[in-house]
Amino acid sequence: MQAVQKYNAIMTGNEAVAFGAKLARVGFISAYPITPQTTIVEKLAEMVANREISAHYVEVESEHSAMAAVFASELVGVRSYTATSSHGLLYMHEMLHWTAGQRLPVVMSVVNRALGPPWNIWTEQTDSMNQKETGWLQVYCESNQEALDSILMGYKIAESPDVLLPLMSMEDAFILSHTSEPVILPDQDQVDSFLPPLNLSFRVDLKNPMGYGSYSTPDGPYMELRKDMMDSLRNSRKVISKVTKEFGETFGRNYSGLIEKFMMEDAEYAIIASGTLASTGKYVVSKLRQEGKKVGLIRVRFFRPFPDLEIAEAVTDLKGVGVIDRSTSYGSAGPTALEVRSALYGKSEIPVAAFIAGLGGRDVKVEDFEKMFQYVEQGKTGNFYINVKEAC
Amino acid sequence: MPLSIPKEEFMEPGHTACHGCGATLSMRYVLKGMGPNTVVSVPAACWAVIPGAIPNRTLDVPMVYTPFAATGAAITGLREAFNILGKEDYNVVGFAGDGGTADIGLQSLSGAMERGHNVFYIMYDNEAYMNTGVQRSGSTPYGAETTTTPVGKDRNFKRQRKKVVADLMMAQGVPYVATATIAYPEDLIRKITNAKNVKGPKFIQILSPCPVGWYYPSEKSVEISRLAVQSGVFPLFECIHGQLKVTRQSKPIRLSEYLSAQGRFSHMEEEDVRNVQEYIDERMNFLLELEQKSGK
Repeated sequence: MQAVQKYNAIMTGNEAVAFGAKLARVGFISAYPITPQTTIVEKLAEMVANREISAHYVEVESEHSAMAAVFASELVGVRSYTATSSHGLLYMHEMLHWTAGQRLPVVMSVVNRALGPPWNIWTEQTDSMNQKETGWLQVYCESNQEALDSILMGYKIAESPDVLLPLMSMEDAFILSHTSEPVILPDQDQVDSFLPPLNLSFRVDLKNPMGYGSYSTPDGPYMELRKDMMDSLRNSRKVISKVTKEFGETFGRNYSGLIEKFMMEDAEYAIIASGTLASTGKYVVSKLRQEGKKVGLIRVRFFRPFPDLEIAEAVTDLKGVGVIDRSTSYGSAGPTALEVRSALYGKSEIPVAAFIAGLGGRDVKVEDFEKMFQYVEQGKTGNFYINVKEAC
Repeated sequence: MPLSIPKEEFMEPGHTACHGCGATLSMRYVLKGMGPNTVVSVPAACWAVIPGAIPNRTLDVPMVYTPFAATGAAITGLREAFNILGKEDYNVVGFAGDGGTADIGLQSLSGAMERGHNVFYIMYDNEAYMNTGVQRSGSTPYGAETTTTPVGKDRNFKRQRKKVVADLMMAQGVPYVATATIAYPEDLIRKITNAKNVKGPKFIQILSPCPVGWYYPSEKSVEISRLAVQSGVFPLFECIHGQLKVTRQSKPIRLSEYLSAQGRFSHMEEEDVRNVQEYIDERMNFLLELEQKSGK
């Protein structure tokens, strides 16, 4: 039975994810401040101070320590949470591998922000795209509601015995993090029935002393453990679909699994995007549809595991597709474009145009999308920077 | 005669440490002092290797391994999580080498101590990066030759004085700070016991001689450890809530006895030895002054 709910709050993306952590009943929070993540951890600190949440909150001296602390608490069996952004996420990088390698279902909020130099606090996804090889699941949110809901779904997915890997949930800097939207704040009882307490089977136990992460020789279990991480990420696709469906049944909000298809039924051309770029994209698709153009949009929600099968199925019969990346892999192309080309290899001959847009928070406007759709309709296949000014 | 050292063992035979490893004795004594309700966290270090490869272990307490810089933060998370679960009586022990403490781990150590968690941080000090093959650390003393401070045509031995982390911890106001070494196990275990009675962060620096990196015969580790104290190179002290007590030397020896017993100092000339003596005197005066002030 679907519960009918109405908007009952107006809040920024950062407030929404803080409420997500609260509703998930996280036991331990450890964080270090960085713009534009700060209002998440400020809100949580305020909740702790007002006894609205029973979590232990530790303000550490770096992001590396924040992740090391949540790694350790999660290993003891306490549901743990942190949030960061940009350089903070990069500073955590080593601990991201360590937490995933130890198979700990930590959930973290990441506010996507550009990397310096020069300093830039506005949105870009290069920070989290740099972490795609760490073994973390990655979900990119499009609204404040999705940002909140992704924390609840995130713990359920990550803690599934078929997954047992950490998950990072992204929101675009300022566009979501600091912009207020109407949000449905779910009831605690409803969340509790959806998300049971953490029960980690291999937590630190003094009665059964073990070494957690000692070392492995080349003939030891190292390679098998790494393959198991890959298998679990593959299995997580089913878990994501199941949990997303269950979330829809419980809360009445339906997220569509790994990707969201918008006006794709009879589309001939499509653009693939993630985060709030998809919102502008949807607006442009609706506009072009009114002009009679058969266009659609695919929003990548999960980047890890990458929805290669879903995208291949969705675009195989199109005449052309464009992929927008708000990030760069220097010396190559945008990370999403690379994945899409790889997903289509041997399955489809359609032209793929790769766009880099919106770096450092530059606006990606309606006319930019119209231009990208023109490129796609022209069957272009190269890599293109959108809205780059002439050299001054 | 009653035993002066607890009989209970938390370290099993069959570890993979080098012959004469001082760090191994340090762990053994520390755990005797801690008792069974203990969790140990180690970063990259000799002690990440000593227990053996998966699935072997050598300690009868859980060990949580972390990357190099993370010890202070890992014991933070362990402590808080055990408190959340009502296990306030568990001893949470960080056990890191001198590189993992004086260099790459100093920030997370300092953070954990500042936040005041009820944790132990044991620095087993073998005065260089021994697990990676004897490279210089901040805790390497003046005069020592290491693989990155080699004595070649240029005598590039370490020219800088040892960064003494225990002194930094006293300056930071850590409630319990002490030094110890394996030649004096009763003193070492007594310090663990005393530390257990102090609520808040505890830091103990244990000089742990390394035959491989200090270039002396492996049967002489305990002897070298004793000479380090007797020569004044490594003064033993205990500082509880700012009250410092320095152990006086009953049988002082000449510095040259300590230096000449180890290959790492074999290149030293008279002037270099004088520099070390000057340092020893300065530091002892500093400690004694601090002791006098803290007594008031």
